[in-house]
Parts: sequence; C-alpha cells; structure tokens
Amino acid sequence: MSAVAPVLPMLLAQTRSELVTRWRVPAFSVTSLALPILFYTFFALPFARQTFPNGVSVGAYLLASFAAYAVGSVMVYGFGINVAIERAQKVDVLMRATPVPPGVVITAKVIGALVFSLFSVILLILYGVVVAGVRQDLSVWVDVTARLLVGSLPFVTLGFAIGYGSGPNAAPALANIIYLPLSFASGLFMPVSQLPGFVQRMAPYLPSYHYGQLAWSAVGAPTEPIGVSLAWLAGYTALFLAIAVRAYRREETRKFG
Amino acid sequence: MGTVATPVVELDAVTKRYGAVEAVRGISLRIVAGEVVAMLGPNGAGKTTSVGLMLGLRVPTSGAVRLFGLPPTDRRARSRAGVMLQESGTTSVLTPREIVRLFGTYYPAPMPPEQALALAGLTDKADARIGTLSGGQRQRLYLALAVCGNPDVLFLDEPTVGMDVEARRAFATSIQTLAAAGKTVLFTTHYLREAEELARRIVVIDRGVVIADASPRELMGRVAAKRVAFTAVGAVPSGAFAGLPVAALENANGHVRFLTGEPEAVLRALFARGVELRDLEVVGANLEEAFLSLTRREEPA
Repeated sequence: MSAVAPVLPMLLAQTRSELVTRWRVPAFSVTSLALPILFYTFFALPFARQTFPNGVSVGAYLLASFAAYAVGSVMVYGFGINVAIERAQKVDVLMRATPVPPGVVITAKVIGALVFSLFSVILLILYGVVVAGVRQDLSVWVDVTARLLVGSLPFVTLGFAIGYGSGPNAAPALANIIYLPLSFASGLFMPVSQLPGFVQRMAPYLPSYHYGQLAWSAVGAPTEPIGVSLAWLAGYTALFLAIAVRAYRREETRKFG
Repeated sequence: MGTVATPVVELDAVTKRYGAVEAVRGISLRIVAGEVVAMLGPNGAGKTTSVGLMLGLRVPTSGAVRLFGLPPTDRRARSRAGVMLQESGTTSVLTPREIVRLFGTYYPAPMPPEQALALAGLTDKADARIGTLSGGQRQRLYLALAVCGNPDVLFLDEPTVGMDVEARRAFATSIQTLAAAGKTVLFTTHYLREAEELARRIVVIDRGVVIADASPRELMGRVAAKRVAFTAVGAVPSGAFAGLPVAALENANGHVRFLTGEPEAVLRALFARGVELRDLEVVGANLEEAFLSLTRREEPA
C-alpha cells in the first residue's frame, strides 16, 4: 500500500464535484448559461443579419462579444462568490485537515470553470447560429472559443481576488459592480464606437476590452495586434493575482497561523 | 524487547498564543496506537486549539508537534488521520454519498462510501442534499467523512454537539466499533459523563494546561466532591473560607453554597472561625459539579 493516494483520481473526483456543485446552484448556472443568451437577444438579435461597413457580420461580432462576456462572468462570479461562500462555511478548514493537496482543489476549480465556460459559449453560439441565423465557418467558432478560454486568466485571478478579499455577502455585489460596468465600458454589450465619448477613451485601459479583441479578431474585425492584447491581459493577470495572493495570505495568518 | 513504537500523537511543551491570549500554555502529551482518549474541559480551555495543533491547522508558538513521528502537515501523516472539526462545513448541494466518495479519493486505502455512511448511521439520508440535513445528521455526515479514509487515528472535536439523545447513543456505538477495530481515537468534550463512558483515558484541560491525565475510574475517585449548602445566622466573617479546600463558593444573602472533597474538615474550620449556621445540607455533587471542583481548585481565593 502506498503512503498517499494518487493525485489523478483525486483531481478527477474533485473536478466532477465542482461541476455538479456549479450545476446545482441555479444562481450560478442560470446566470452563466442563460444570461448571455438573454443579453444577446436584447442587444444583438435585431441587428444580427446586418453587416458593418467593413463587411464584418454584426451578428457574429456581437456573438464574439457576448461569448467573451460569458466566459469572464463564469470566472469572476464562479470564483468570486464560490470561494467567498466556502470560506464563510469553513469548507476550507475541513479540506485543509485532509491529505488533499491545495493545488488539486484549485486546479479542479479552474478545470470546472473552463468546462462550464465551454458549455456556456457553445450554447450561446448555437443560439446565434440557429435562432439569429449568423453564418460563419465552424473553424471561426472554434477559434473564438479557444482564444477566450486561453485568455480568461485575468478573470480567474480577479475572481480569486474577490473571493479571498471579501465575505459571502459582499462578494456577489462586488462581482457585479466590477464586472458589469467593466463589460459595458469595454464594448462587450455594444461596439465601442457606439459608446459615449468618455467611455470610448477609457476602454483601451480595461482588461475586458483587450479580451474582446481576441474574440473580435477571430470573426474578422480589425483589431490591435494580438501581442498587445496578450500583454495587457498578462499585466492584469499579474495585478489581480497580487491582490488575490495578498488577501489569501492575510486569511492564512488569521485562520491557520 | 522490540523497538519503542512511534506514538500516534506527540506534543512536547507546546504553547499557542493568539495575540495577547495564551490559548495553550505548555502541553506535553503522548498518545499511542489503540488508545481512546477524551480531552475534557470547559469551553475556552484550549481543546480546539490543541486539536488544531495536532492536525497542523495551527502553528505552535513554541514546542514541537508530531503526528506518526512526522510534522502534522505531512501528507503521509494526514493520510492516516480522519478528522471531524467543530463548525467546519461542506458544500450544501452535494449528497452525503457524493461527498463521502470524493473524500475517499483523498486517502490511499479508503473504505467503500456505503460502509462509512453505515458506520455513521446515515444510510437512510445518503442521497439527500446536505443542505436539508438536521444538525445531528450533519454531525453524522462529518463522522462519515472522518472514517471514510479508513484512518488509523480519528480526531473528533466536540463530536456530539447538536446531537439528540438517540444520536449520541448511536455515536457512542460508532466509537466503540472503531475502538474495537484497533483505531486510535481522540475526542474532545465538555461532558464528563461522555468522557467516562467512551474513553479509557481522560485528559482534563483547563486554561491551556493539562490538570489531570488518568483513567476514568482514577479520575472519578479524585473528584468525589460534595455539595454543601447552609444558611448563615448573622454575617459570615470575612476570611472565613481563607485557605479552605472549597470551590464554586457562593454567598447570596447568607445562603451559602460550595463544593468540597472534605466537607467535615471545612465545616469544623468554619465553626472554629465563628460561623453560625442552620439548614445544613451535604449531598454528593453531580458529575458536572465534581468536574467543576476539579478544574477550579487552583483558582486563587
């Protein structure tokens, strides 16, 4: 008999539990699966079959926008609220006393969130294709999805920063008050060119704006060079990670010192 | 002679300070394989902190803590320990069966989830959402989580809090089953009766130090206290109780009550000091009172 349990089955079971938990909390599953579709219906459906002067499909452009919104929201709300609640319920204390390595728990959370994001994006794109009649090659949609999943790291770390930095009551409010204006001002709800002037000037400094660029360039819209987007996203990842680590350390000292 | 077996738990002159509060003030303790130990003490005595130290959830301010001869944070040590903590939680939307199965994967040789649930007496609620369980059922779930990894040692912090009489009895049976299977068990409680019934060794903790470490029988002999009550005729002279072996002394308008192991000697001294009394009662103290007399004996007058 080995002295410790193998990590892979542990990671699989932990990931499965994460997914089941997320699925069974309607506040989370409905918000992250249905809300992007609802927003797309309000903001994009009437114009979905039109094209921009540069020839890009409005329906496809906004589908990319709301896909970016959807993945970010799974990360920000998922980690932010879920971590804050687990801390309040002291789930972390019990887990801490078991032999499960903390890295396994965090990795399972990230994999669970990626799988959930994938569901959310697939549902949204299906809706856009079937209901709104948006037509693009399958490879375009695969490209949009892959870029958004890979680029989601700043929102993962933002979620952790909210989850470790606030309590279970403050976390949902904090997530909303940060994420919704951020999405709007970054042009995820309507193109940046249609936003008020001062918002347009602010947008290029926001993480969601550069995240959106990843998706917009996949549907053929003119964007900044991908290297610039990635650099901004890396910078924000580092910033949010620093905040999350600080909050995590403070909690460590208080709870487990 | 073989080699001396490594103790399951070893605390060596351990202290733990939270800011200005010294929760543990120098505890040394060895628990060997197969022992069933109750850590007994009033709220705030340092029991939870002691368990936290043994599990590596807390870092000692000074002294050394070993679990199976390893630092308690070592995965090899943790893989042999099952834990039930006070006020720790689990996700409420999973079912007991799901979470017990999950926790089983953390350990190298877990028992089947069904066996852990049966041992904790939770089979009939195995597929209910955890959020719908009662307080007592939740405690049983935590017991199931503690045993599911088939551990060599169990740490149970205030396991019967929130349990009704029937649940307590079921819990006692579970502990006896585990002890019979050769598991080492350490549980905390503030009920002397519970400690006496389930443990073969009782460690009494008060204000961060061990004040007694004995078998239940030995301990009961030591705390055979009497409750004395009387009404004083006239005022009780100040200093009447100075230096006498009494505890939990109360004087409410001349109605005097206290605990003592030597009622005859105390009364003789009181008479000699000019205390006049009527309505004298001397009765055997109940277990809680006896325990109180033990923990508060050293309190300065």
